[in-house]
Amino acid sequence: MSFSFRAAVAERHFDVSLALGPTETVAVMGPNGAGKSTLLSTIAGLVRPDTGQAELNGRTLFHLGPGTHQWTPPHRRGTALLAQEPLLFPHLTAADNVAFGPRSAGVPARRARDIALRWLAEVEAEDLAGRRPTGLSGGQAQRVAIARALAADPGLLLLDEPMAALDIHSAPLLRRLLKRVLEGRQAIIVTHDVLDALMLADRVVVLEKGRIAEDGPTREVLERPRSLFAAGLAGLNFVTGTLTAAGIRTAGGQGIARDLEIAGHLEEPGEPGQAGAAGLPGAAVFPPSAVSVFLTDAHGSPRNSFPVEVTELEPHGDQIRVRGGGLAADITPAASAELGLAPGMPAHFVVKSAAVSIYAT
Amino acid sequence: MKRTLITVASAMMLAAGLAGCAGSSAPASTAGAPSENATEAKTLTVFAAASLKSSFTGLAETFEAQHPGTRVSLSFAGSSDLATQINQGAPADVFASADTKNMDKVTGTGLVDGEPRVFATNTLAIAVPAGNPAGITGFQDLARDGLRLVTCAKQVPCGAATATVADKAGVTLRPVSEENAVTDVLGKVISGEADAGLVYVTDVKSAGDKVDSIPFPEAASAVNSYPITALTAAKDKESAKAFIDLVLGSDGQQVLAKAGFGAGVK
Amino acid sequence: MTFRPRQPYTGIPRWVSGLAVLAALVVVLPLVAIVARVNWGNFIPLITSESALEALGLSLRTSAASTLLCIVLGVPLALVLARASFPFQRLLRSLVLLPLVLPPVVGGIALLYTFGRQGLLGGTLQVLGIQIAFSTTAVVLAQTFVALPFLVVSLEGALRIGGQKYEAVAATLGASPGTVFRRVTLPLILPGLASGAVLSFARSLGEFGATLTFAGSLQGVTRTLPLEIYLQRETDPDAAVALSLVLVAVAVAVVALAYGRTGAPAGRGPIQRPTAPLTTGGSVR
Repeated sequence: MSFSFRAAVAERHFDVSLALGPTETVAVMGPNGAGKSTLLSTIAGLVRPDTGQAELNGRTLFHLGPGTHQWTPPHRRGTALLAQEPLLFPHLTAADNVAFGPRSAGVPARRARDIALRWLAEVEAEDLAGRRPTGLSGGQAQRVAIARALAADPGLLLLDEPMAALDIHSAPLLRRLLKRVLEGRQAIIVTHDVLDALMLADRVVVLEKGRIAEDGPTREVLERPRSLFAAGLAGLNFVTGTLTAAGIRTAGGQGIARDLEIAGHLEEPGEPGQAGAAGLPGAAVFPPSAVSVFLTDAHGSPRNSFPVEVTELEPHGDQIRVRGGGLAADITPAASAELGLAPGMPAHFVVKSAAVSIYAT
Repeated sequence: MKRTLITVASAMMLAAGLAGCAGSSAPASTAGAPSENATEAKTLTVFAAASLKSSFTGLAETFEAQHPGTRVSLSFAGSSDLATQINQGAPADVFASADTKNMDKVTGTGLVDGEPRVFATNTLAIAVPAGNPAGITGFQDLARDGLRLVTCAKQVPCGAATATVADKAGVTLRPVSEENAVTDVLGKVISGEADAGLVYVTDVKSAGDKVDSIPFPEAASAVNSYPITALTAAKDKESAKAFIDLVLGSDGQQVLAKAGFGAGVK
Repeated sequence: MTFRPRQPYTGIPRWVSGLAVLAALVVVLPLVAIVARVNWGNFIPLITSESALEALGLSLRTSAASTLLCIVLGVPLALVLARASFPFQRLLRSLVLLPLVLPPVVGGIALLYTFGRQGLLGGTLQVLGIQIAFSTTAVVLAQTFVALPFLVVSLEGALRIGGQKYEAVAATLGASPGTVFRRVTLPLILPGLASGAVLSFARSLGEFGATLTFAGSLQGVTRTLPLEIYLQRETDPDAAVALSLVLVAVAVAVVALAYGRTGAPAGRGPIQRPTAPLTTGGSVR
């Protein structure tokens, strides 16, 4: 009882393979246009890939390649899709919406209604049963939509940014609700919110340009990101380069100069020998809170100093986040005022080696 | 601005009065013509029944050749349309109707200058598709079962003539369609949809070899007269009279006879 | 144009308002002219004559039949045009809309050469013993020919605006294409379908040229109300005007039915469909 998937859509530069355990929930994250929605649409059968193969709980969803053209239409896949918008059928009541899946499966009207009411209760929306979608708030409608998706008894639940269209008051409630109903289910949730990944998912998959950039347990990905996107999610500075004995030599790009030496402590639980790792691609990762800002080059104990041009200043909690040279530093408002920072000014970002994690990527 | 508006509004009112017929645009264009060359040429506007189209087009050319400096503007339509237009104030100098009934409509409103004169007659003929696939030989055959006969509706002159002929001959016709105009009857015969149609001799003639004509003696019981007259609104009574004389004279009668019309009453 | 305090600023120049009044007059004045021309003393006898009642009855019956035919054929056509993709789709769409701009007489001639004795299908139909020309069937065919585009256009609009998000969701919930069509697509396009059907009915009711050319004119069989009016004009203008008014009244009722309730075309319907596509992109945060 599991899900395996591999598909390529040349037109969208999409080539992804993915597998889920029987009760696993995976969060799919990535920048816009990375292929997250293509992934869901392909699984649901709304987009036909050029090649690939997918199975869900022993049933072939599709098998397309030279000589094979197996294709299961969307309604026989058991992959209910919950979108950003609730998309409740406007001509049906909430209860009839939820009963739609069972009715389509041939369940008699009365029993379908019982099932619908049960699922509405499950999402704390039984009092909305008789209401039309136009009379529901965004949060209420999305709760009904969740009930509708679950009532169809899907083998795999696909959620496409289910919280994105909700106001900040409805989202937490819905997130708690999803946590409860996703327990013990196979689900894929596309999200932009790292909180969703933390709360709802066992695993995070990061998509970039139609490929999987990162795939691992949520905590591990956030603590030790191997992609710029994941580092951004975790709020960490992320510099790629080549591993050296004491750190990395930068590869350049993303506003960071080439061949800069960054010292840090090598963390590679799988590979204890430091010398063996040298020459491999790696990353230096450190939090903005560990970065200090100076107007002049101030070398001290083992420190890394990056000459940058300040590009942006923005409030970040009770700190000021200073951006420059592709890096971020968090300093106190007082320090910022004292330095007289403004965009366009040259400055030095300084971080202690001890605060820099180095690992192969 | 206000005056322009009133002008447009009254023009629309006039248009509304003339509305509903395809031919109504013709008098509008002829109405505009005199102002274009008012200094040089005179224009004679002739409203004539549609069946007169080929004969009158030729006669107009003859007239223009005989009267340099006078242009003849022709407007062809169904006689009842023309009568309606004239009664609504359309600027015509001469009216040639395909029947006396529509001429009477105009006479009744006092717009006719003098006494209308009959310049041609027309009788019915049976039109059949080329080759006569249904094998029609005479008027009696038109009552045959399963025969697709098309006639004019009794409300229009050719239909009235058809009813008279059938009545006199003691034949009951059961047409599959009663059309508004002879051209519609002819069209359905030409396309082969109808096995036979009752139209005027002149119509069969103008259709050429696309239809065959079967004359029948009973047609003599309904002879249709074509009256012509000058109208009181005529700006140039001389030209109007000259045109009517041409139609009634030997030149005109020759042209009309060639088109299949019977002689008019002198 | 005086400024009324409650009215928000419109920014319409005076000359535009003037032209607008003129435009309204172009439409309204001829209608007023008809009403003014009616012989009210004889109105009831004129419109209740045997031929008039038969023509009205025939018009209503044939228009209802052609509207039904338009729905049965037009819904699938609109669906295929709006949703499917196949070669020459744009060409087909243009061709289907052609009767909207074609002179009705041309439509009649085209139908004649399709279903007539000498027509494209004439031989086949004759073998089957079916005669279409000069029959009520011909009237219905002519009306369907000219009215179908109205239904297809208003429906295709409704289908395009809606997109296919609801259908996609329904499919992932396990609904087969047939179920999706019956339980999702049809209910969603119902307002568009209703207004399209009303327009088709109105167009059928007014059909004249194609009927005259293709079907002929025989009382009780093919002489619909417009043909009756055209014929009555020859001898009895009063009857023609009275019957015209009847047709105007029916048309007004039909237009009111289609547009009156909401004050706007019902094609879009009261249903608000979200605009973000389901299958592409996510939100920008």
